[in-house]
Amino acid sequence: MTFDLTDDQDTLRRTARELCGRLYPMSAVRTFEDRGTVDRSGWTEFASAGMFVLHRDEDQGGLGLGRVELALVFEELGRALVPGPLASTAAAAGVIEQAKPDAVIGIADNRGAAPFTVEHLSSLDWIVAVGRDVVVVDAAAIDRSAVRAGGAPLDPLTPIALVDRLPAGERIGGSELAAQLLRDGALLVAAQAAGAAAAATDLSAAYALQREQFGVRIGTFQAVKHLLADMRVHAELAQVAVEAAAVLIDEGSAEADAAVSTAKVVAGEAATANGRSCVQIHGGMGFAWEVDAHLFQKRAWVLEHLFGTTTDHSRALADGWRVNLEEQGAEHGHS
Amino acid sequence: MRLRDTAEDADFRARLRQWLVVAVRELPPVPARDDWSGRRTFDTSWQRRLFDAGYAGVSWPAEFGGGGATPSQQMIFLQETHRAHAPDIGVCFIGLAHAGPTLIARGTDQQKAAHLPKILRGEEIWCQGFSEPGAGSDLASLRTPARIEGDHYVVTGQKIWTSYAPVADYCELLVRTDPDAPAHKGITWLIMAMDSPGVTVRPLRTALGSTEYAELFLEEVRIPIANRVGDENAGWSVAMVTLEFERGTALLGELLTTAEILEIVVRTAQECGRWDDPIVRTRAGRSRADLGALWALASRNVSRTPGPRDVGGNVFKLAYTEARFRLDDLAAEVLGPRGLAFEATRAVSYDPVEERVRSFMFSIAGGTTQVQRNIVAERGLGMPR
Repeated sequence: MTFDLTDDQDTLRRTARELCGRLYPMSAVRTFEDRGTVDRSGWTEFASAGMFVLHRDEDQGGLGLGRVELALVFEELGRALVPGPLASTAAAAGVIEQAKPDAVIGIADNRGAAPFTVEHLSSLDWIVAVGRDVVVVDAAAIDRSAVRAGGAPLDPLTPIALVDRLPAGERIGGSELAAQLLRDGALLVAAQAAGAAAAATDLSAAYALQREQFGVRIGTFQAVKHLLADMRVHAELAQVAVEAAAVLIDEGSAEADAAVSTAKVVAGEAATANGRSCVQIHGGMGFAWEVDAHLFQKRAWVLEHLFGTTTDHSRALADGWRVNLEEQGAEHGHS
Repeated sequence: MRLRDTAEDADFRARLRQWLVVAVRELPPVPARDDWSGRRTFDTSWQRRLFDAGYAGVSWPAEFGGGGATPSQQMIFLQETHRAHAPDIGVCFIGLAHAGPTLIARGTDQQKAAHLPKILRGEEIWCQGFSEPGAGSDLASLRTPARIEGDHYVVTGQKIWTSYAPVADYCELLVRTDPDAPAHKGITWLIMAMDSPGVTVRPLRTALGSTEYAELFLEEVRIPIANRVGDENAGWSVAMVTLEFERGTALLGELLTTAEILEIVVRTAQECGRWDDPIVRTRAGRSRADLGALWALASRNVSRTPGPRDVGGNVFKLAYTEARFRLDDLAAEVLGPRGLAFEATRAVSYDPVEERVRSFMFSIAGGTTQVQRNIVAERGLGMPR
């Protein structure tokens, strides 16, 4: 057990952070507000850097790395609030033969009753419908009358469509692929949430060191310090939960599914709680559109919804009951 | 990044597991909670067995007789001893986790030789004389004065929250040696024999009704200057050594205990029908997520060499406390009216009712939640002091 980043992983994280900083400074992210679109050129750049297929085998066009590396990149994407169906695209990358490497792919979980939620519908090239079977649908074939009219999206960077029915498509897999897609999607959304939780902490700390009230910086007040400390706790827990889940998938652990649900629960709560505290610490300005705090809160609410809510994953953890910290690390021998 | 055992760790685990099967089978009955002499005998004879098998002080450096275990092996040791329902560290806690490591870091060769082997063999029990009635969170404001007379310090004062005092042979004692210096610069760390004339132990009954803590009254107690650890007035930095040493794994045993409580809660809920309630299941699943994330956090903390501004231990304590309270409340919900009385027998390994009351210590002992938050905000996030 050495549960820390290797030098290569650290380099990858820094590379991803630099790429996000170059392509998506907040000024650039802001230009997508209310446009409801995906940044095609940035998408192509991510795709050509192999960001969506890090975890795929090299003979499948991937980079032969693991879920861990993918999760590290997704933490950075979440930190930068990069818009787009990133988790769906990476989870489904490689499963659609016809798709170009820089295709924008949405995943629609249609296990339950309609309507299904689809993120960034109008920007998608492909939709992967995950029910009992996995079916690929050409996004251009969507029947517009099956898409419910909705108001402005809660997160101005993430339009969510409610779709009553999807057109017929090509079946590409069964329950095994379905489970894999949902698991990877949940992991990557959790990674984004962990990144957003950390970024909200940094933004709040920076503001608390700069904003003065009652003649002192507000970070002097214990009431503010304690909010910030809790944000840090949430963010760290989220990050390690995500990375542990990714490692356990890579190691083929029987605990992998539970670890992904754990990550989704912990990171989802971290992002939503930290979003709220971020707005709170910014006070009145936190409620202003021009300040980024509300964007973290809103993205957190969206991420919490995608690929299973906190409640869904908490229930899943109870249904597959086995609390066994004593067996962590010990299972299936060693390599 | 890996969570799976390496070949070496898997071997360590397998050998330990095999040894524990037999060792645990041969354990005598567990003494009653407040039977202190019984507890001392029980805990020290287990410590002796660990010593004979080479598992005493598993985290101590090998040159001082310890196991020299890597952090991951320390985690494995805790996992396996919990799994086997082996006794926990018990009355040996302060010696093995506080005093011993402090002597290793700052003691003289003579002090090391006098105490370390006995601590490892379970022949010497230690208690901690840090807090005072007027010095809790603000430990550095402690006042108990020590003056020099010949080759002795002479100490008169009062300590509180002294754990395991009724059975301790030695006390790690913080005293004030320079009342005029700034608070942190006038403290000295002394080894005090508990049988010294002038030492009175008065058990302190906790909210649990138990007596693992005591008040310590010191009346002209003479302590040889040779028992000073570190320089005079450098006691604060000596005390901090211990805190650094325990950063990674301090609450890991508690986390494993918590996992057991959760199992008991789930089993109880399944037996009494409360498991059919989806809200109970959701809360149980939420607690499971808490514990999984905390295990990951502990794994991260022990895998990392802490930097000067590290707050990993503080973050863990805050997260653990919150998770623990959440679980304790769920346990009470599931137990219903049974949650309003302690277990009648001490035969069960853990009583969720007792644990619910005991949990106060997590938000108070070793730095309150509020002090921890200040540290995380100031040291971890750079907020002004």
